[in-house]
Amino acid sequence: MTGLLDRRLLFVTGKGGVGKTTVAAAMALHAAERGRRTLLCEVDAKGDIAAYFETGPTNFTPRQVLPSLSLMSMDTEASLREYLRLNLRIPVIGRIGPLAKAFDFVATAAPGVREILTVGKFCWEVRERHYDLVVVDASATGHIVGQLSAPQAINDLVKVGLIRSQTDWLVDILSDPGTTGLVIVTTPEEMPVNETIELAHRVAAETTVELASVIVNRVLPELFGRSEEKVFNELCRSAPAAELGRLVHGDPAPVLDAARLAVTLRRTRAAHLERLRAGIDPAVPLLYLPFLFTRLHGLRTIRQVARSLGEELGS
Amino acid sequence: MPPRRRKEAGSRRVTLDGLLASREIVVACGPGGVGKTTTAAAAAAMAAARLGGKVLVLTVDPARRLADALGLDGIGNAERRVPAKAFEDAGVKPRGELWAAMLDAKESWDDLVRLHAPDARTRDEILSNPLYRNIAGRFVQSHDYIAMERLFEIHSEGTYDLIVVDTPPTRNALDFLDAPERMAEFFSSRLLRWLIVPYRSKIVNVASKPFYQVADRILGTQFLEDIAQFFILFQSMYSGFVERARAVHRLMADRRTSFIVVSTLEAVPLREAEFFAQALMDRRLHLGAIVLNKVLPAYLRGPHGFTVAEGFRDRSEELADALAPTVRSGDAAQIRRVLAEIGQSYLDYRVVAQRESEQQSELATVPEALVSVPYFETDVFDMAGLLRLGEQLWGP
Repeated sequence: MTGLLDRRLLFVTGKGGVGKTTVAAAMALHAAERGRRTLLCEVDAKGDIAAYFETGPTNFTPRQVLPSLSLMSMDTEASLREYLRLNLRIPVIGRIGPLAKAFDFVATAAPGVREILTVGKFCWEVRERHYDLVVVDASATGHIVGQLSAPQAINDLVKVGLIRSQTDWLVDILSDPGTTGLVIVTTPEEMPVNETIELAHRVAAETTVELASVIVNRVLPELFGRSEEKVFNELCRSAPAAELGRLVHGDPAPVLDAARLAVTLRRTRAAHLERLRAGIDPAVPLLYLPFLFTRLHGLRTIRQVARSLGEELGS
Repeated sequence: MPPRRRKEAGSRRVTLDGLLASREIVVACGPGGVGKTTTAAAAAAMAAARLGGKVLVLTVDPARRLADALGLDGIGNAERRVPAKAFEDAGVKPRGELWAAMLDAKESWDDLVRLHAPDARTRDEILSNPLYRNIAGRFVQSHDYIAMERLFEIHSEGTYDLIVVDTPPTRNALDFLDAPERMAEFFSSRLLRWLIVPYRSKIVNVASKPFYQVADRILGTQFLEDIAQFFILFQSMYSGFVERARAVHRLMADRRTSFIVVSTLEAVPLREAEFFAQALMDRRLHLGAIVLNKVLPAYLRGPHGFTVAEGFRDRSEELADALAPTVRSGDAAQIRRVLAEIGQSYLDYRVVAQRESEQQSELATVPEALVSVPYFETDVFDMAGLLRLGEQLWGP
């Protein structure tokens, strides 16, 4: 299997709340730090990426924010405009306003048109070699399959015309595992793991895109092993706990309770991790990122995640 | 600067029971990954257990989660009763019935076509139109519309005393509210008529000519004709759609309907939740409660724990030596490691707990009920878990 960051187009998806955008940002940062010209794009323009990189708002035109790293956000209307300019050489840009509006309706009605304007833009950037790597902070798990299968869906629906001639090369780029990969971000919790397994199967069945990796975010640290846990349990008994309290001049209960909570949380998650590993094709690598006990978001956090990712990738 | 409201995690002023007892529809919304589906299911389960009557939980999320939480595999589009045995296994004798349904967009669209189609021929033509078949299955936004439509349908049948609805994540949840209106607008739009006219009359409207030339080149004539055909068919159902959209809108704004916003205290979800709460109020919809899930316990923020944890971490060697003679399960080195580890762990979790507490105190929009649900040590995956969560929502 091609190394994760050796590909040229990575779609990063995940259930809401698992840290999909953070991981996509860290992935792009890590690649950029290794000298690859990288484009990071946010598909649903929430502005989170701009906030993570502590920079001004992003838009459809990529903007370089760090050496080798550019950011953009998807805008299907702008994508349509660019598409028309490149493909039809429509001279009067000013007239595209109402046209775009009309297309908006077509796009709303015809499945895949909007999706293809999104996916098409990334494939185009890859084909034109503007960047070594395009990282897409893609739609959440519920919508990603529709997006990735759009070119094929259009191919099935549209028999002739310019769009038809365009979908073929899109399908080629998306289907080449050496070029394109999907990354699912998850957390070691019940529902995210269920959804990840379900999505992995759907991606295999309904799209031509290869699942490049599953990244497990927010893995809690293990406090101690089995033999030390016995020690901990003994310390929690009344006599040693009272002795501890006397020695530190305070009630040790909150600290002991917190440790018990930490152990239980970690253990519950470990079971989900096992389920995840068993439910995903063994050929797909699982990468683990630690839970961050930090105060804030921002570039420092992204750097920290990028470092962990680098360690996991062994690069 | 206005004075900050201070609220302890775990405190509650009003609980959800009143809301669930007095409304016919409760819509749970909020960002993804915060336990929204589980919260909706727990609220419905508690209402069925305590209040009685027929309670339905309707999930509209395209990802299939409710089934997991209810311990059912694959709830179909049709409403199904959650077996009373599920409650009995959890040691509860429910006063009422709990029903569950999941939204199958494709099946719901078909139902809708059957309902609104003027005659059998149109109905069959629509159902077999290639575009329609594709739309019903894949068309992402159509979930939002169909969800509202389905909710309306079920509510107007009058079978249930309470319907608790789970919604797609926040960014879509606004779409979810606007969907019926947008759909009506869509079918009544001038542009749409413009698009259809030439295919109907075979005379290309002068104004639309440039559009067709470009559209033809891009999409191909066949595809364009398919689209037009689709809309012509769909237009026959136009008045039904518009009327329905208005009715759905009225129902959402009705006194019988309330919204609860579910979130955690993490920065990003909470920001989205606030955004949504504000949007509800801007639309004059009833914001019944904010439910904060997975709140870390208050003992992580106390002043004493901090000193003790630091003591464990910094004086682990000295403490271990003192304790070693009385501890039988391990030597001094192991005790030292355990103490240092749990001291550090407390301090780590404390950072997160404090961050959450700050987030909560900065909450600008506070409805009549603010409910904090603690971090459960195990996942909620069965009726017992749902009811345990429900107890927290319910209050004393």
